[in-house]
Amino acid sequence: MISREEVEHIARLARLSFAGEEFERLRHDLSQIIEYVQILGELDLSGLAPTAHAVELKNVLRPDEPRPCLAHEVAMANGPAVEDGQFVVPRIG
Amino acid sequence: MDPFTLTAHDCRELLSSGRVSATELANLYLDQIERVEGDVGAFLLVDREGALAQAAAVDAKAPADRLPWEGVPIGLKDLLCVEGMETTCGSRILKGYRPPYDATVVAKLRAAGLVFLGKLNMDEFAMGSSTENSGYHLTRNPWDLERVPGGSSGGSAACVAAAEAPWSLGSDTGGSIRQPASLCGVVGLKPTYGAVSRYGLVAFASSLDQIGPFARTVRDAAALLDLIAGGDPMDSTSLGLPGPITVPDRTDLGGLRFGIIREYLGEACEPGVRAVFDDAVAAIQSLGGVCEEVSLPSVEKGVAAYYIIAPAEASSNLARFDGVRYGHRAAGGVDLLDMYNRTRSEGFGDEVKRRIMIGTYVLSAGYYEAYYGQAQRTRTLIIEDFRRAFGAVDYLISPTSPTVAFGVGERTQDPLAMYLSDLCTIPVNLAGLPGISIPGGFAGGLPVGIQLVGPHFSEQGLLDASYALEQRLDVRSRPPIAEVTR
Amino acid sequence: MNDWEAVIGLEIHVQLATATKMFCGCPVSFGEPPNTRVCPVCLGHPGTLPVTNERAVEYAARIALALDCSIAPRTIFHRKNYFYADLPKGYQISQFDLPLGLGGHLDVELDDGSTFHVGITRVHMEEDAGKLVHAGGATGRIHGADHSLVDFNRGGTPLVEIVSEPDLRTPEQARSFLTHLRSLLQHLDVSDVNMEEGSLRCDANVSVRRRGAPFGVRTELKNMNSFRYLQRGLEVEIERQIEALEAGETIVQETVHFDPVSGRISSLRSKEESHDYRYFPEPDLVPIELDEAYVQRVRSSLPEFPAARRERLQQHYGLSPYDAGVLSANRELGDYFERVAELVNDDKLSANWVTGNLSGYLNAAGLEVGESTVTPEALAGLLRFLADGTLSGKLAKDVFQMMTESGREAADIVAERGLGQISDVGELEAMIAGIVDANPGPAEDFRHGNDRVLGFFVGQVMKQTKGQANPQLVNDLLRRRILG
Repeated sequence: MISREEVEHIARLARLSFAGEEFERLRHDLSQIIEYVQILGELDLSGLAPTAHAVELKNVLRPDEPRPCLAHEVAMANGPAVEDGQFVVPRIG
Repeated sequence: MDPFTLTAHDCRELLSSGRVSATELANLYLDQIERVEGDVGAFLLVDREGALAQAAAVDAKAPADRLPWEGVPIGLKDLLCVEGMETTCGSRILKGYRPPYDATVVAKLRAAGLVFLGKLNMDEFAMGSSTENSGYHLTRNPWDLERVPGGSSGGSAACVAAAEAPWSLGSDTGGSIRQPASLCGVVGLKPTYGAVSRYGLVAFASSLDQIGPFARTVRDAAALLDLIAGGDPMDSTSLGLPGPITVPDRTDLGGLRFGIIREYLGEACEPGVRAVFDDAVAAIQSLGGVCEEVSLPSVEKGVAAYYIIAPAEASSNLARFDGVRYGHRAAGGVDLLDMYNRTRSEGFGDEVKRRIMIGTYVLSAGYYEAYYGQAQRTRTLIIEDFRRAFGAVDYLISPTSPTVAFGVGERTQDPLAMYLSDLCTIPVNLAGLPGISIPGGFAGGLPVGIQLVGPHFSEQGLLDASYALEQRLDVRSRPPIAEVTR
Repeated sequence: MNDWEAVIGLEIHVQLATATKMFCGCPVSFGEPPNTRVCPVCLGHPGTLPVTNERAVEYAARIALALDCSIAPRTIFHRKNYFYADLPKGYQISQFDLPLGLGGHLDVELDDGSTFHVGITRVHMEEDAGKLVHAGGATGRIHGADHSLVDFNRGGTPLVEIVSEPDLRTPEQARSFLTHLRSLLQHLDVSDVNMEEGSLRCDANVSVRRRGAPFGVRTELKNMNSFRYLQRGLEVEIERQIEALEAGETIVQETVHFDPVSGRISSLRSKEESHDYRYFPEPDLVPIELDEAYVQRVRSSLPEFPAARRERLQQHYGLSPYDAGVLSANRELGDYFERVAELVNDDKLSANWVTGNLSGYLNAAGLEVGESTVTPEALAGLLRFLADGTLSGKLAKDVFQMMTESGREAADIVAERGLGQISDVGELEAMIAGIVDANPGPAEDFRHGNDRVLGFFVGQVMKQTKGQANPQLVNDLLRRRILG
């Protein structure tokens, strides 16, 4: 079982909050899944390079040419809180 | 006209011959939606007004002036950004979100003149195999309303199965097109990774996601693939296909070799599913195809590798949902940290939170090599196994899903059991290969899909072979819900 | 205090002067109204994807090569995951263990002529964050702010991060290193490198140790936005660390802030633990493999650097170290000089005028070299008049003044105002003969050894020629005439 401290730490990193029963259930599920994926340890993977992309591409670049920006109102339209043309966030303190 | 008998090709023919107007056709499907949506729940948003406006624009043109597919209606998985149209990805955290842009595939379909009926239900952020993780409502399997349609593109599959649209778009990361296609008795194709642009597809697992077609027939799926495929300057990982897709018309399978994936016929596979699969093998042979068993030992580790890689990428992709620029923002946060925690905890469902936690864990300090590193190496091994297999055979075949559609609520208490239902489909995503599920028959009255997998960029051949098999199997596609009158 | 030694390493962020952002086509901007240079990609909207700017890669390669780094044959982007209001995706696309450039150096010359060698650990590419303004508090800083406002115009701007080895030992060396680096970057034309505007940013890692001891615990001084503050901030922090250690305290590894107004260091340690960035390769981008041909092309496009130019100016043109220094520090001024020197046969004269008169005029008028109304060709024209005696030094200055005001050629001005120094020997001889004959008395005085009376004759010639006679020639001709 993954420790409570570890689950709390991971939740903090992920900006998620769990309380009470939800926390315990999550701790249990997380532990079970992490335990399951350990079966990869049965494989001999030495000498194999990791694959980041199944299809190999390289040097995909774009010319340094401007494209149209969003109109300001459109950029702000989905914003939950806007002030002076900027997105408002609660104090960071 | 009976929508259960119409393919997209039929719709096109009706429109171009002038026998039906685009408005009439749109209404046909909108009426069908009216009729069955109460039971099926495939849609999150039906855009009646928008669809009729698009149809009217098509009707304003003479048939001779229209593009080939103009006026044919389609449903879009709610994971695809449509400019100005609410796009939620099945999540409460995006309630009310209206994208300021069209996904590339959406722009292509718009330019081709297709009529958008609305957005289709899905497991939240594509995480799930039953669509039960939708933050909004349940989608039910048109073949048995007490059962799930599969997931995560459950709405996209059910919509086609219930004839609410002739075809639809879904996405597939670990089987999310093929598995629901199998469970709902329709055709579903996941293209080669990179064949279709992901720009505008809300990312779940960036190195695995692909957009693909659902349709009633293989020919329709081929046509829709042709409409959406192509490299895109907005997506660095897209290449497109080697050439245009021509509508398949192959009638035999002579000269082709099919590999039966041994690892997928184990005890996880239900007897009914196995029986349908065996019939399909016989059908292939009757068409002149040669079937032999192949072994891909590493695919048994596929689910484990997937449940490291996908959550890891997802945990990062979903970090942008923080209540700052769009979507839900929790009230009452005393500071930024508090706002983040509340917003994300309120907005995300349980499965999404679970996967974010798994992903964060496997990437966290000290664990990266042991988990993510191992999983990426396992991926290399899986790719090697497939490459070796394709040295001996042209296509691989297996049941798409080890079981038929399961009951609503049956697997929701056991996440790991739910994950294992993607056993047959996951490795195909890890290897980036194209895979298709076509209706194979029934077990206990419920659809069973047959999966065909080809080498990278072999979509044309894969569709051709699938077509021949589809014609031979000739599986009926009229679910009980077709008889419902309201 | 004498046996304490500081160990300083710098982390410099350079904002690239590309036309567009690192991963999207929004124009790079400064000072525009908030959230007007944004698109779905740099706002981090769902479904968007990055596409790498090819010019940013080229500029980064230029920087890496100029710092003598080796270019990685395969370089990839990584995601650096953390949450902050100015970070739209919840991660920054950066580079981790396969950066573009590794293992370079920059040699810095101090005023006393000594050089010290600073290693460059790495050079890598990344994207900038948006801009946060803290509102509702008294100071505009985070503490005491009631809420914050975010502008994403800057978000996505290409950055190159340069990390130095901890080879610097004094705040003065750090400042000197940064000054040299800035000059180098200016020569590369890859950035405005303006610390006030934020296109050049510097963080410092600093620790102290007794000489010979292993490295001490280091703190990080962030966001110093001027050379002076960098030096001062380092001085204060070094002093603080030494005092603490001498008092028996330990140094905590933390981020600190230097307030130039109060001259004090304060801790920026927040409630949270240090970040776990969970780096993993960016799956939305593909590797960049720069081949030998590309690297060669970039290398051969590099301009001559200040140190090399200074050497060459001294060797080739025989300039003094001082002049060579001035003309190599500013690339355009150096280019200007070399063009003039090409057209005029007097390098010393050319150097004097460029470092003196031209620079004086540019500074007074607040102009860059490129904005000068007097082109190198025009200045060369003026200097030719000086060299051949047509104009005296004083007149040349006057003509130059008129040239800066009007933008006209020297030849036009001289002709129009009849300013050409009279150097026609025949003409002058005739005039001098007349003057000497008319003044036998003073002529006799001169013959008897009264040198000063020559001035009277020179004055007379000048009067008649309205000051345009070549003084040296007049002198010679007068002596000849009078003394026979």
